[in-house]
Amino acid sequence: MLDIIEKYDILGAFWMTIRLAFFSAIGALVIGTVLAVMRVSPVAILRRLGSFYVNTVRNTPLTLLVFFSIAGPYYILQISLTDVNSPTALVDNGIRWAIVALAVYHAAFVCEALRSGVNTVPLGQAEAARSIGLTFGQSLREVILPQAFRGSIAPLGSVLIALTKNTTVASVIGVAEASLLMSEIIENETASVTVFLVFALGFVVLTLPVGVFFTSLSRRLAVKR
Amino acid sequence: MDDVKPDTAAPSDRTPDTPRDPMVVIDGVNKHFGDLHVLRDINLTVGKGEVVVVLGPSGSGKSTLCRAINRLETIESGTISIDGKALPEEGKPLAQLRADVGMVFQSFNLFAHKTIRDNVTLGPIKVRKKSKADADKQATDLLKRVGVEAQADKYPAQLSGGQQQRVAIARSLAMGPKVMLFDEPTSALDPEMVNEVLDVMVGLAKEGMTMIVVTHEMGFARKAADRVVFMADGQIVEVGTPQEFFTNPKSDRAKDFLGKILTH
Repeated sequence: MLDIIEKYDILGAFWMTIRLAFFSAIGALVIGTVLAVMRVSPVAILRRLGSFYVNTVRNTPLTLLVFFSIAGPYYILQISLTDVNSPTALVDNGIRWAIVALAVYHAAFVCEALRSGVNTVPLGQAEAARSIGLTFGQSLREVILPQAFRGSIAPLGSVLIALTKNTTVASVIGVAEASLLMSEIIENETASVTVFLVFALGFVVLTLPVGVFFTSLSRRLAVKR
Repeated sequence: MDDVKPDTAAPSDRTPDTPRDPMVVIDGVNKHFGDLHVLRDINLTVGKGEVVVVLGPSGSGKSTLCRAINRLETIESGTISIDGKALPEEGKPLAQLRADVGMVFQSFNLFAHKTIRDNVTLGPIKVRKKSKADADKQATDLLKRVGVEAQADKYPAQLSGGQQQRVAIARSLAMGPKVMLFDEPTSALDPEMVNEVLDVMVGLAKEGMTMIVVTHEMGFARKAADRVVFMADGQIVEVGTPQEFFTNPKSDRAKDFLGKILTH
C-alpha cells in the first residue's frame, strides 16, 4: 500500500478536488444569490426565469451537465476558457468547464437554500423596511438578505458538502481529481478495500469540518426573535 | 429632533372646527379581500397636526385602512393623497413618499439583525443620505426622548415589548415624517407596558404631529384625539370629537360597541 501512496500523487489529486470545490462554490453562491433575488422579486418575468432555471438545472443529471459543458461549448462552439495555444489548453479547459458546470448546477440548490432562508424572515421585516422608505433593492440588501443568509447557513452547508463530493463527476471529462486517481490506481495496481478506504477517508476529512463549521456558524449567527 | 417645546396647542385647547390644511385625503376608497368588502367607499380628510383615532370592532377594516395610507395594502378604487401628492405606484416615488410617512406596527417589526441604534439610523443614512455621525447623534437624541438610550447597543430581542415599540416610534421619527400611522401599537404588549408607549404617543400629539392611530385604547382616544373615527364592516360609521363620541354616540353600531367595551 505504501508504495502506491508513494507512486501516485494522492495529495495532488485531493488538492484538485479542493480547487474544484472552492471555485465552483464561489460561483454557485454568486449565481444562486442572483437567482434567489430573481425568485423573490416583484417582477413576474424575473420570477419565472428564476424558477425555470432552478427547475431545469436541478432536474438535469450533473454528469450530463459536466459532459455537455466540455462537449458543447468547448468542442463544438470552440469557446475556450484558456489560451488556446497553451500546451495545457485541453486540461485547463476541462478543469474550468467542470467548475462552470458545478457552479451552474449547485447554484440552483443555493438558490433554494436561500429562498428557504428568505421564508424564515417574517413579512413584517420587509414591511418595516419599506415603510421607512427603503427601495426594494435596499430592503433586500439591508434587511431581508442578511437575515435570510443567517437562516440558510445550515442548508447552505449541506449544499457545500454535496458540491465537494460531486466534484468527482468532473472525472468524466478527465479532470485529475481524487476519484479519477482512485480509478487509475484500481486499474493499474489493485482493487483493494484499502485504496477505497484511503479515498473515502480523504473525502470525510474534507467534508466533515465543513459540516461542523456550518452548524456552529448557523448557531452563532442565528437571528434572535 | 431637538427637545423643542410644543409649537402647537395641546389638543384639548384646539377648537375642532378650525379649518386645517389637509395632510391625508382619502377619497372614495374601496378594497376587497376575496369576497369580503373590507373598505367600502371610505372618505376621510386628516388635517395637518390633527390626531385621529380610528376605533371599531376587529375585522372592521381599520388596520387595512391604516396600511393603505402608505400602500402596504393596495386599493382597488378611489384615491389617497398625502400632503397634496397622490400615492404613487410601486417604485422609487413610492419609497420617497413612504419615507415621509411614519408607521408603527402592532408587532414592532424592529430589524432583528441590527442593534437598536442601527435600527434608528438605517433610514436616515440610506434614504435621507445623512452622515453616520449625524445619524448617530440624532438616534441618541431620539432614543433619549423615548427613554431607551441605555439599550442602544442591544439587539431587539433583548428588549421588552414596550421598549421595542418605543424604539419603533423613534425609528419612524428619525425620518422626520409628515404624518405618523399607528396600527394597534399597544395590542401586542403586556398590560404594564402599554402606558410607557401611550405616554410617548401623547407627547407626540402634544407636539403637533399629525397622527392616525388605530387602537383599542379608549383612554388614549379621550386624552389625545382631536377626532374619533368609528368603523364597522368596512365603513366609516361615525366621526366626531372624543367628547361627542364617548358620551353621545349617534349610531346604534357605535352604541353597541361602546356598550360592550366600556362596561368593563
